[in-house]
Amino acid sequence: MKNIKRAGLALFISIVSFTSSHVSVVSFEQLKQEAALKHNDTLYVVNFWATWCDPCVKELPYFQNAYKKFNTRKVKMIYVSLNSLKDLPKVEKFADDNDLKPKVLLLNASDPNVWINGIDSSWSGALPATALYRSGKKLYFHEGDFTQDKLNDLIQSKIK
Amino acid sequence: MKKLAIMAAAVVALTSFTSSGYKVGDKAMDFKLKNTDGRMMALTSLDNTKGFIVVFTCNHCPVAKAYEDRIIALDKKYAPKGYPVVAINSNDPSQVPEDSFENMQKRAKEKQYTFPYLFDETQTVAKAYGATCTPYVFVLQKTGDDYIVKYIGAIDDNRDDATQTKNKYVEAAVDALLANTPVTITNTKAIGCGIKWKS
Repeated sequence: MKNIKRAGLALFISIVSFTSSHVSVVSFEQLKQEAALKHNDTLYVVNFWATWCDPCVKELPYFQNAYKKFNTRKVKMIYVSLNSLKDLPKVEKFADDNDLKPKVLLLNASDPNVWINGIDSSWSGALPATALYRSGKKLYFHEGDFTQDKLNDLIQSKIK
Repeated sequence: MKKLAIMAAAVVALTSFTSSGYKVGDKAMDFKLKNTDGRMMALTSLDNTKGFIVVFTCNHCPVAKAYEDRIIALDKKYAPKGYPVVAINSNDPSQVPEDSFENMQKRAKEKQYTFPYLFDETQTVAKAYGATCTPYVFVLQKTGDDYIVKYIGAIDDNRDDATQTKNKYVEAAVDALLANTPVTITNTKAIGCGIKWKS
């Protein structure tokens, strides 16, 4: 009985994790694998946002424009939603409606006290926030929003 | 020349230090802000206190909303023990109309707040304390005429479900102060809505 319950739970979790092709639910370890631990020349622009965060929603198009402007082989955007897991359908709809590309994740991590410092010790936890990684190294972190020009200049300065 | 550079670096370091707000152990400033009942209120306005649970919060932020009932519960539990909640909204209402003074009054009435809900219109209190997002807590202990910062950060470690929290940080801090023991966890972080600063 216990095993059946466990199998059911595992199935439920896998359904929750994989039904959407647009938004993957990830742990903090998985997020690090996606962004911070890739050993290639690509600059990973990791933007932390939430559908309920107005300044986040306002600046998302700037990231999308930058993604179009720069060589997409060299720059990849990863939009990390910090919505609650129960908001997954809302995040999926938002990602669809706004054509967020190439990657949207929903971070489902307990104990923010640990993982927020794992991104950057200067981060207070306020949204939005953005981190840049390449070849396993963090190149930059910023708490707060961007203008289009500032974001473009930043990416230009970090691109290889 | 080298000395000048070192001095300049020291000044820069000092400026960034002071602008980042209070750290645990610092003396916190008192303030005079308008409460939702229309009266001006300071920390000294409250009698028979051993300290305060100062919560920077607001109306609109979903994280702040998720914590509303927990903030009310904190006041119910700790005001009788000498640590009342003092809630402060520092958001610029021209950017977030939901956080206007009138809407603060509405929310305080609807939720029957048992604690002051103050409007930090000039944002000087949030800046002095170093609050960056909502909700964000400073636990202060009264020591003589001073208010010493004993804890900074999150209310607990689970915004989505109060019943699933593993660490109730603010409660643990206040319990320690009431028992005259050191606060074990003095700094925590949580995801919140950035305070909407006036431009």
